[in-house]
Amino acid sequence: MAESLIGVGVPRKEGRNKVTGKAQYIDDLHFEGMLYGVTVRSPAPRGRIKAIRFGKEIPWDEFTVVTAADIPGKNCIALIVDDQPCLAQSVVNHAEEPVLLLAHADKYLLEEARRAVEIEIEPLPAIFNIEDSLRGDLIIWGENNVFKQFRVSKGNVDAAWSEAALIVEGEYSTGAQEQLYIENNGMIAIAGPEQGVTVWGSMQCPYYIHKALKTVFGLPEEKIRVIQAETGGGFGGKEEYPSMIAAHAALLAWKAGKPVKLIYDRAEDMAATTKRHPSRTRHRTAVSRDGKLLAMEVDFVVDGGAYATLSSVVLSRGTIHAAGPYACPNVRILSRAVATNAPPHGAFRGFGAPQSIFALERHMDRAAAAVGLAPEEFRRRNFLRKGDTTATGQVIHEDVDMPGMLDQALRESDYHAKKERFARDNRGNAIKRGIGFASFFHGAGFTGSGERYLASIAGVEATSEGIVRVLASSTEIGQGTNTILTQIAAGTLGVPYESVEIVQPDTGNVPNSGPTVASRTCMVVGQLVESAALGLKETLAGAGLLKPSYTPEEFTRACAAYIAQHGPLRSYSQYQAPPGIFWDDEKYQGDAYGAFAWAVYVAEVNVDTLTCEARVTNFVAVQEVGRVVNPVLAAGQIEGGVAQGIGLALYENVVWQNGRMVNGQMTNYIIPTAVDIPPIKVVFEERPYAYGPMGAKGIGELPMDGPAPAIASAVENATGIRLNSVPATPETLMAALDNAYA
Amino acid sequence: MPKAAINITVNGAARSVSVWPMARLLDVIREELGLTGTKEGCGEGECGACAILLDGRLTNSCLVPALQADGAAITTIEGIARGEKLAPIQQAFLECGGAQCGICTPGMIMAAVSLLAENAKPSEAEIRNALAGNLCRCTGYMRIFEAVSRASRPEGPQR
Repeated sequence: MAESLIGVGVPRKEGRNKVTGKAQYIDDLHFEGMLYGVTVRSPAPRGRIKAIRFGKEIPWDEFTVVTAADIPGKNCIALIVDDQPCLAQSVVNHAEEPVLLLAHADKYLLEEARRAVEIEIEPLPAIFNIEDSLRGDLIIWGENNVFKQFRVSKGNVDAAWSEAALIVEGEYSTGAQEQLYIENNGMIAIAGPEQGVTVWGSMQCPYYIHKALKTVFGLPEEKIRVIQAETGGGFGGKEEYPSMIAAHAALLAWKAGKPVKLIYDRAEDMAATTKRHPSRTRHRTAVSRDGKLLAMEVDFVVDGGAYATLSSVVLSRGTIHAAGPYACPNVRILSRAVATNAPPHGAFRGFGAPQSIFALERHMDRAAAAVGLAPEEFRRRNFLRKGDTTATGQVIHEDVDMPGMLDQALRESDYHAKKERFARDNRGNAIKRGIGFASFFHGAGFTGSGERYLASIAGVEATSEGIVRVLASSTEIGQGTNTILTQIAAGTLGVPYESVEIVQPDTGNVPNSGPTVASRTCMVVGQLVESAALGLKETLAGAGLLKPSYTPEEFTRACAAYIAQHGPLRSYSQYQAPPGIFWDDEKYQGDAYGAFAWAVYVAEVNVDTLTCEARVTNFVAVQEVGRVVNPVLAAGQIEGGVAQGIGLALYENVVWQNGRMVNGQMTNYIIPTAVDIPPIKVVFEERPYAYGPMGAKGIGELPMDGPAPAIASAVENATGIRLNSVPATPETLMAALDNAYA
Repeated sequence: MPKAAINITVNGAARSVSVWPMARLLDVIREELGLTGTKEGCGEGECGACAILLDGRLTNSCLVPALQADGAAITTIEGIARGEKLAPIQQAFLECGGAQCGICTPGMIMAAVSLLAENAKPSEAEIRNALAGNLCRCTGYMRIFEAVSRASRPEGPQR
């Protein structure tokens, strides 16, 4: 009974509202007397604000106008480092930086007004790429343009070079990538000195916004309330930037004394909000004659944009994944997040890992070729096995079987036969076919001591009618939070799926179960829900109201009796690290994650050497994510992540000009469509994880890591060109093909 | 230019609304008619989140001036279920996992409805082509194809 809901593809909890159009997203909500808000932004990447001029044609006395001077508390968006202003006051550090806010009841007039504001900027020199930032001729942030730096050290790298049969070097890079959730960002706020501040909106992390609003308004926490509306996708893009939008909507509402709705259109969302950090990675690797890794030296750099935001944490995850699922006795990693005058880059599914894993997997192919081994054989000789240690010295206690997963992925994709056949058929053919793979891991939950610091809390409560309500701030953003938390609560308590309700994330009503990020919702929050549900059961049993085995009807009667005698029936659970997990923040060593998900992905491509277009024609994704709670949702996570990875590899190219994205439209920023996605075969190998709910681990970010290196490897296999960076757009491929065939 | 009165049949019911002639049909549907199931994703006809049927034809409502819809019959996502009973395509989206965040779902379902009205048994290639004007960022499309295919099969949900 207890587990009968686990491993079952029950329909999505809020699915009915979504397929009927009844689900209420932020732009679907309307408040009486509501004004609309807009943001006036910096036209320049860096400079001093000389003047703000208001065009004569607009009836300005009808407008609410907010500048930095109107901020009641501190002018910053509180996150990790308090360097990012809510509204720029005297200087701007990136194009599209918010400077001024306007509100009016007529949104058409509002748009004219926005265009009638002129912000005069005296330009200052700016930095637009990693190398210029590292060079340090111009300092735009702190003492050296470096937001954060990590060093990981294992063994003795310097001593290993002399023993190596081969030393392989390479440099790899990845571009910015837009999250492109189909629902743009938006918030509605009601605010005033009496009632405090309440915001509704599209978001991943209600308590991040709560923290930011407390700071901007200088109010105590009980005066701030943040409520999630149905959210149309996040992928990290609604992790930190919604704090900015919530603050803006609330500042306008505070001054206007009316509700204010602030919704971005697509162009504004793409130009102004965060993207995946561009990266540059250098590898230097010592390999023995028999193809064993002897030493790895990695220099990993990400472009953080103009403010610190989450870059230090993105860098941390990228760093820890930089040496991948390989056993190497000597590893040295230097990683840096540097400042440029681009809008801050931020969270995007994978969070630094897709960048460092792209570099590593490309480099592993190179190293294999250098030592004269097939790429799969080279991986096989170096995979982490149970008992081995990662780059940070984490001993792998899981029963991981990467060689087995590699074999399975190659078998499922018919890798060897296809590789042979393509090589034969490609001769004299304008369309070249190729096949490639990537093997990788992804840590679930916050990095290092992150989960201990978060100390998340989730709860369940039961009503007299036997309805169980899950209390957590973890948001449903499409990934299935509502459904899996329901399955876990219902499965633990032995009640029907329909008897469990998810309480809308609202900081006024739910405890802080931490942000909805880092593949942590199922594994970490799910475990808290499981444990809170067990607590509830124990409470009923301890009161003598529930026998060890019971029917749902008996559960309901027990709840009713308990509530009649003792009042509310609630149970909370707080995070405790699994036994034996230790992380040293100083040395950057130890158990980086409670658990890893493991995977091998195989991509097959066609490259048309006339049009220089590459297409993915087949895809196999084999992974181990612990026990699968909901196979339909889990496969949906993998397929969706693979699609975004295909975008990262081939299509999604942010074009920058003076630190500003110039292709901020769906017309010219291309994501995969229904005709661009190949058949995707998803295979789960299930190995229950002892400390996850019902054995589950994290899954959400994993599928973002593998596609780009697998596709790049396949393109290389098809054409013989060296592909060290993505996206591999037709323009890039044309240049490379011209070189190769010249 | 003054506001104009236009008559539209909306999900089978006659409605008369006063609109700015060049207002986007999308805004009229959402704000004047109060049907917020139709979504805006891009405002330039790329993503298909605002798709409706305009006189039976699949149309991105963000690209249509309201005046052009005068006298037309439109169907939106709110007109697909029969009362509380989901249409087979909605049921199939639910069962197959065709909806994740749900923001593209109304437009995606309208595109599927349009396809199935013209082609009761589409092949996978026909499904892919018919949905190529609707962007989804969550699913990788696989489960959407499966949903459309399931809705088109007799052994699928009852029709």
